[in-house]
Amino acid sequence: MVPFDFTYHQPSSIHEAIQLFQTLQQQGKKPMYYAGGTEIITLSRLHLVFTDAVIDIKQIPECQVLDIQQQQLVLGAGVSLTTIEEANPFPLLTKTASEVADRTARNQITLGGNICGQIFYREAVLPLLLADSEVVIAGKDGVQQRSIHQVFQQHMQLQPGEFLIQVKTEQTYLSLPYAHIKRRKQGEVGYPLVTVAALKKDGQLRVAFSGVCPFPFRSQAVEERLNQQLPVNTRIDEALQHLPRPILDDIEGSAQYRLFVLKHTLFDIITELEGE
Amino acid sequence: MATTQQCEMLLTVNGEAHSVIARPADTLLFVLRNKLRLTGAKPGCLNGDCGACTVLIDGGPIKSCMMLAIETVGKTITTIEGLKHSPIQQAFVEHFAFQCGYCTPGFIMNAHALTEKYPDASDDVIQEWLESNICRCTSYREIEQAVKSVLLKKHRND
Repeated sequence: MVPFDFTYHQPSSIHEAIQLFQTLQQQGKKPMYYAGGTEIITLSRLHLVFTDAVIDIKQIPECQVLDIQQQQLVLGAGVSLTTIEEANPFPLLTKTASEVADRTARNQITLGGNICGQIFYREAVLPLLLADSEVVIAGKDGVQQRSIHQVFQQHMQLQPGEFLIQVKTEQTYLSLPYAHIKRRKQGEVGYPLVTVAALKKDGQLRVAFSGVCPFPFRSQAVEERLNQQLPVNTRIDEALQHLPRPILDDIEGSAQYRLFVLKHTLFDIITELEGE
Repeated sequence: MATTQQCEMLLTVNGEAHSVIARPADTLLFVLRNKLRLTGAKPGCLNGDCGACTVLIDGGPIKSCMMLAIETVGKTITTIEGLKHSPIQQAFVEHFAFQCGYCTPGFIMNAHALTEKYPDASDDVIQEWLESNICRCTSYREIEQAVKSVLLKKHRND
């Protein structure tokens, strides 16, 4: 039960959505863009989110695209994770998405919702960071396409009134060798102790993480250490020295335990991609 | 489309059109149970974890505690009350795939969707789908057997 009231708006175009946001804001409301809605409903119930107007973006055609256009995979922010899994245009993204929540929940959870959410795991962003994807964002200044590295720094750095429309990924990245390991405290469903996603491009490992810090990340310093011509364990030990901070230390696992699990997970990832 | 705090929604549930006055902030689960008196979908965790509230939206399973009723306008909703003598219901009886029964409607709706969508479902697919629901009585083995028996019968009938 959502413990407060809100108005519900279902724009059918990007322009209408942006206008709605501005109009509602001018009326003194706190509008919020809404895709799958699972996180908004969950956090509302816990009084961790408040809005008095939701703008459902799922009827906007651009948000429902799943297509290859001009040598790029284009994924709309309103496409559900199971739709992406079933179409399987980007196997690493399929693998990553398929480990978010559970199958039924993923019928609702959208790509945009997972990436833009408050719950900090945001695992669907990992393959996009590795593939240097571009994000298409709408706001009062129009529609802009930017590098995901510019916009996603720990979380999506969206300005008030902006929303994610699409993610575009060069086709050349879609079939690169990949590895993905999600390790949980227990069971096959739930938040990660650590999630590691990796792509191998031009002989170099690209690695992104969730569950290690209170934000997903890809680190140049970590990748440089992992790609050294040294024994695997030495590379991993040096890489771990360059992790961003803080290391998560919560009910899912202590910081020390997460680092222990991460070390072994990285070994498995490297072994899988380098065949050592 | 904009709405006020209470609004009329036209919902199609189990093949019947219902006009409902509800808040846009009301979940589908709340509207089904408290406005339409369809109490088959169960409130469990209310957090999208347990799957007891699973219903079908346009044939696909959805946790109704995690969807607004207003989002389902124009869609087809099927609750456990809308399944009549389906193979999966019969299989749950034959395989004793429940104990207390609280999770059963959610499991049946999910399993029904699975057997309709993937008549050739592998063990991995069955496990992936069934992981969406929790049974506190741990009838998992019997539930899996019930699902597999429906798939087997479908194949024999092909």
